[in-house]
Amino acid sequence: MERIPILKMGQFLLVTIQVDLYDRLALDLEADLVGQITQLNARGVLIDISAVSIVDSFMGRILSNIASMARILDAVTVVVGMQPAVAITLVELGLSLTGVYTALNVEKGLDLLRIKTGAAQAVSTDADSSDD
Amino acid sequence: MPIPATIEVLTSETFAILEGSHVIQLTGQIRQQASQMGMSLLDQTKLSTAASELARNILVHGGEGKAQLECIRSNSKIGIRLLFSDRGPGIANVEQAMQPGFSTGIGMGLGLSGAKQLADEFHLTSVVGEGTTVTILKWVND
Amino acid sequence: MNDSTVGTLRPKKNQILTLWMRNQLADGSLRDDLMSNDDLRAQSVELLDCLFDTLTDDTLTMPDAPSLSPLIDQLTNISMSRARQGFTPRETGLYVFSLKDALLEMLRHERKDDPNLLLTETMRISKFIDSLGIVTFESFIQGREEVILRQTDEMTEIATPVVQIWDGILAMPLIGTLDSSRALVVMENLLQEIVRTGSGIAILDISGVPTVDSMVAQHLIKTVNATRLMGAECIISGIRAEIAQTIVHLGIDLSHVVTKATMASALKHAFGTLRIEVNKSAARSV
Repeated sequence: MERIPILKMGQFLLVTIQVDLYDRLALDLEADLVGQITQLNARGVLIDISAVSIVDSFMGRILSNIASMARILDAVTVVVGMQPAVAITLVELGLSLTGVYTALNVEKGLDLLRIKTGAAQAVSTDADSSDD
Repeated sequence: MPIPATIEVLTSETFAILEGSHVIQLTGQIRQQASQMGMSLLDQTKLSTAASELARNILVHGGEGKAQLECIRSNSKIGIRLLFSDRGPGIANVEQAMQPGFSTGIGMGLGLSGAKQLADEFHLTSVVGEGTTVTILKWVND
Repeated sequence: MNDSTVGTLRPKKNQILTLWMRNQLADGSLRDDLMSNDDLRAQSVELLDCLFDTLTDDTLTMPDAPSLSPLIDQLTNISMSRARQGFTPRETGLYVFSLKDALLEMLRHERKDDPNLLLTETMRISKFIDSLGIVTFESFIQGREEVILRQTDEMTEIATPVVQIWDGILAMPLIGTLDSSRALVVMENLLQEIVRTGSGIAILDISGVPTVDSMVAQHLIKTVNATRLMGAECIISGIRAEIAQTIVHLGIDLSHVVTKATMASALKHAFGTLRIEVNKSAARSV
């Protein structure tokens, strides 16, 4: 049975979507990711969509859902590599993927995940320094 | 739907829309055709995304239907016209269905309004109890 | 008496030139700011030489004849260069039509004893110069169109430059009115450069955009949203006071957009986001 592979990198899960997702594949991915977050106690999810040529409202909903579900499980979701044409089309469509963090590429996405998951620590040091 | 006299259909192909994987096949065909006709990457993406929305609408509301992919010419312009038709329940209040965010299904309610936004021309006819036909058109910019 | 029209006029070339120059110089619209009288004279001599080298009695009634092509080419060049230099159509037209006056004046003098022949020849010359006049206007317009095309090309080239002003920071200064098609080009260019350079921040400077109506604002908001979807931040800078007023009066919501009054403050904001500190070198030399 065809499935999107999920890679584990330390505390983070990495998914690269290489094909246009049809319904079952997308719903399976959603279920698999949420399962893996709880099983592996992952802190972050990185979804690379640089090879995806169409993001319609169905696909947008899947991405938003994954982010919302991950947040409930205390994990951060970052979507990386959206193509310019896809971004413009999503904006024209009226879709803004609220609640989903974005980054330009995998490298910057991992940086963002580290910042967001270490956020509690960083905020407290920032607050300390501003109190002085 | 009456075909305006000025539009000449060059090629026409029909695809059945019965399940999710058909949507992917259709958008792949559209993209290939659009790229052959010299459509810009952005317009290819807009057209196939609009097609994806409308084809999924068929699955959600009509259950099953078909999509017709046509290459057309009007004067010196060429373009792609897509006709989506289903034998579903039809739309009672077209004006309401066209509102962004209006949804009776599980989607985000952006299907019809989104497709209209992404296409150059948009036409919808619906008869309650008989089904719905949506036509969209995108010209290839010279 | 010489029966040939051209044959009669050819020996009088110098007198015709004098008459033609006098006509041209007497005209109130003479543009001695664009072309010196010496240059004008040289140009007129050359054209007149060419006229009498190529013209025969037969071709006088056939302005399309291949043997006249050197004359037509020369005239085309003259009026195209005049179009580029900024002469008006009237000034360019008068250059050719004042030659008609000179030729007819000379002919009247030579044919004073034969009014019938004078009338026939006058008609022929008049018609011939008229057709030269049409050539002049056609090539004048062609010259103008070339100028316009070149300017359009130059404008679209300079219209949407994206510059990398820092590692990870792009700037796009917009100049001129934004319509829908240009806004789309702006958005595509910016997003493509963001991907190509891997820049996390883009500054869209609208100092040079004369008016921001709700359509322009919609395009700006769309650009900001698309940038965000790709994982970069877009700052709008260069918002003048009156534009800020317009935006609020139009009820446009820019609360989700980072806006700065100047490019400098946008850059400062970008430095803050990227955690970049810029110090004067004196501070470092301790």
